[in-house]
Amino acid sequence: MLLRMNDISKSFSGNKVLSNVHFEVAGGEVCALLGENGAGKSTLMKILSGIYTKDSGTIYIDEKPVQIPSVAAARALGISLIHQELMLMPYMTVAENIFMGRELTRFGLADRKTEEQKAQSLINDFNLDIPADAVLGELSIAQQQMVEIVRATSFGVKIIVMDEPTSSLCEQDVNVLFTLIRKLKKQGVGIIYISHRLSELEEITDRITILRDGEYIDTVITKETTRQELITKMVGRELTQYYTKSNSRTDETVLEVRHLSDGFRVKDVSFSVRRGEIVGFAGLIGAGRSETMNCLFGLTKLQKGELLYHGKAVSIDNPREAIRKGIGFVPEDRKNEGLFLDQGVRFNASITILERFIRCFRYQRSVELDAVDKMIRDLQIKVTGCEQTVRTLSGGNQQKVLISRWLLSCKDILILDEPTRGVDVKTKAEIYALIDNLAKKGLAILLVSSELPEIINMCDSIVVLSNGYTTGTLERDAVSQEKIMTLATARF
Amino acid sequence: MEKKISGFIHKPRIPMIRENIGILIGLALMCIFLSFFSDAFLTTRNLFNIMRQISVNVFLSCCMTMVILIGGIDLSVGSIIAVSGCLCAGLITNNGLSTVAAIIVAVFCGTLVGAFNGAVICLTKIPPFIVTLAMMNVGRGFARIYTKATTILVNDPLFSAIGTANMPGGIPVHLIYMAVIIVISWVLLNKTRFGRHIYAVGNNEMAAKFAGINVRNVKFMVYLITGLFAACAGILSAARTFSGQFSVGEGTEMDAISAVVLGGTSMTGGIGRLSGTIIGCLVIGVLNNGLNLIGIDSSWQYVVKGFVVLLAVLIDYLKKRN
Repeated sequence: MLLRMNDISKSFSGNKVLSNVHFEVAGGEVCALLGENGAGKSTLMKILSGIYTKDSGTIYIDEKPVQIPSVAAARALGISLIHQELMLMPYMTVAENIFMGRELTRFGLADRKTEEQKAQSLINDFNLDIPADAVLGELSIAQQQMVEIVRATSFGVKIIVMDEPTSSLCEQDVNVLFTLIRKLKKQGVGIIYISHRLSELEEITDRITILRDGEYIDTVITKETTRQELITKMVGRELTQYYTKSNSRTDETVLEVRHLSDGFRVKDVSFSVRRGEIVGFAGLIGAGRSETMNCLFGLTKLQKGELLYHGKAVSIDNPREAIRKGIGFVPEDRKNEGLFLDQGVRFNASITILERFIRCFRYQRSVELDAVDKMIRDLQIKVTGCEQTVRTLSGGNQQKVLISRWLLSCKDILILDEPTRGVDVKTKAEIYALIDNLAKKGLAILLVSSELPEIINMCDSIVVLSNGYTTGTLERDAVSQEKIMTLATARF
Repeated sequence: MEKKISGFIHKPRIPMIRENIGILIGLALMCIFLSFFSDAFLTTRNLFNIMRQISVNVFLSCCMTMVILIGGIDLSVGSIIAVSGCLCAGLITNNGLSTVAAIIVAVFCGTLVGAFNGAVICLTKIPPFIVTLAMMNVGRGFARIYTKATTILVNDPLFSAIGTANMPGGIPVHLIYMAVIIVISWVLLNKTRFGRHIYAVGNNEMAAKFAGINVRNVKFMVYLITGLFAACAGILSAARTFSGQFSVGEGTEMDAISAVVLGGTSMTGGIGRLSGTIIGCLVIGVLNNGLNLIGIDSSWQYVVKGFVVLLAVLIDYLKKRN
């Protein structure tokens, strides 16, 4: 075994986060680490990469016991962690990023030319199409991630930990990533893969280790297990219903979009949404789905096209107007575009309905607390109290807080942009049930998602965008992954 | 002290005393220390003096709290003090305006400077540091031009009364000024939607925009309010010295920022409370006053003040790390 972690335990201020956890990876194998948020995956990996120190247990590399007291020590042992949030410098070039910390010099001065040459040859080894002298910030997220992986391998890495590597990638980029992973496997690198996307685990991993509540549950061989079995092991009980979908679509058209264009990514988009309907938006990254939603919410100006709201032409110039019309928007990037991380749950949830309890210097705290409490109970948000700082909540609970903000204020249309990204399996099921419930109550829901199973199972109809154009609308009973992909690549 | 509302146990937001306990202990220790080393410290006469001395800083610190909360900074407040003070003095003495009229015009002009700051900051991407730094020089320059580099004396009983009157019992009227500005600021920050928006913008500007808050308006209003408060402080300052001097207010922006930082407001914005700022003003005021009484050289006072702020921020940083 390349890596063996035995009996690892770790506590934080009396709170036992890991108890006697085992984990192993062989060279040339991809082993997944699966578990709900709070299961202990990140902690285990942070111990491996030297960010935390274990309380007890032993770590063996190539069957030799090792100590990992610091990140530098981990790096020296050939362990590299690729974070969910990329740890690169956006204003420096690809080559500079790859050699960050061990810059090449010639007679004591920085040798940019050799750096770029070496960086380019490393990149070419992986068949990637990235120029070494490009400024990192100008590349797509997917490409930036590849650069981070190239950087890790250039250190002579033996074990790579990838934490949710596909959360910002579209189908095509995921394939490029997987090709890269297969190359690394051939080189004998051990890869630890953390992800909630079970379909990806099925495709790329050899074995899967499941943790729950800081304890080791089981390790299974990917080919020999089923999705249901994995979910049961993760959750600890039978989760019979993952998706919840009732038929609540009515005939009343709430929103109609005709030939929308924002002059940039959105070129010609048309669709309509009915009350009680869940409309999915599928497409590759860059297809213009989020950008279309930005137009609907007043964040971007329309260059061409019209919006018909309950049959009447409207123009929505800013988010305030959209909110006043009863539209809500749960954005894709909840940390940067949605949440006030250093404020409490109450602040975050009530920020859009302030006028209900603050008027003319009169602040009715009890009204605010009642509304927030109801949300916490209805959505089963796990908090110690409504003042808990949102930064300390798990991804799934953070998402629930953000959704509750819009549940309090939106009455007509709710736009959800990747609502289950970075959310654990159990909370995902809860969010699906919530979405279905909202549709039953009469909301029209626009669901942007890159997870095809999610879109196929949750939507009444699916609008497919390709390169800024609507290429087709598929009805629930006639949809398939192939049909969606065909439409998504139609305009290239 | 937990209140049950609709089935959920609620802890009230951290009471003011517990949140500011560190700086309160520091203040108490300082007072005890100073009372040992100087007989004059703990007298009513000295306490009243302290009230007069911190009044300008209280005005500036209240608005500076708002500016720093939204993640900005305003270095021009000292110059706005000079501009409004000199303008008011000049209007009374040279143009024969009544005190009330002069005050209104001067405050208006000071507010205009604040509005200008806000407009430039909101419409361009120039950092507030640069914009207000530039205006700091521009304002100081204009004051110097207006007063022709001399002092404008004011010989008006109402004007002097504003700056030096005492209430029955010898309590300076400055206490009322400070009380009013503190109450206004506190209500603004805690009991209005505007205040909530300030915290939101300071915490995450993008999220505030996505939540439907008019970020530009919030920022602009904060700088305008700062101009207003600073202008009022300028009138007060001029009234205390019966004159308009172009050099007045130099360094006051640093005292204001120090008070805000001492009070626990983060320079990155979004976190902080007015109560902390007021205690910060007290700390700086007592420090200045005490060091004078003990007889420490005024040059050393700068050093001590700087270290006190550094110490307070360090302690806060270490606390947050745990």
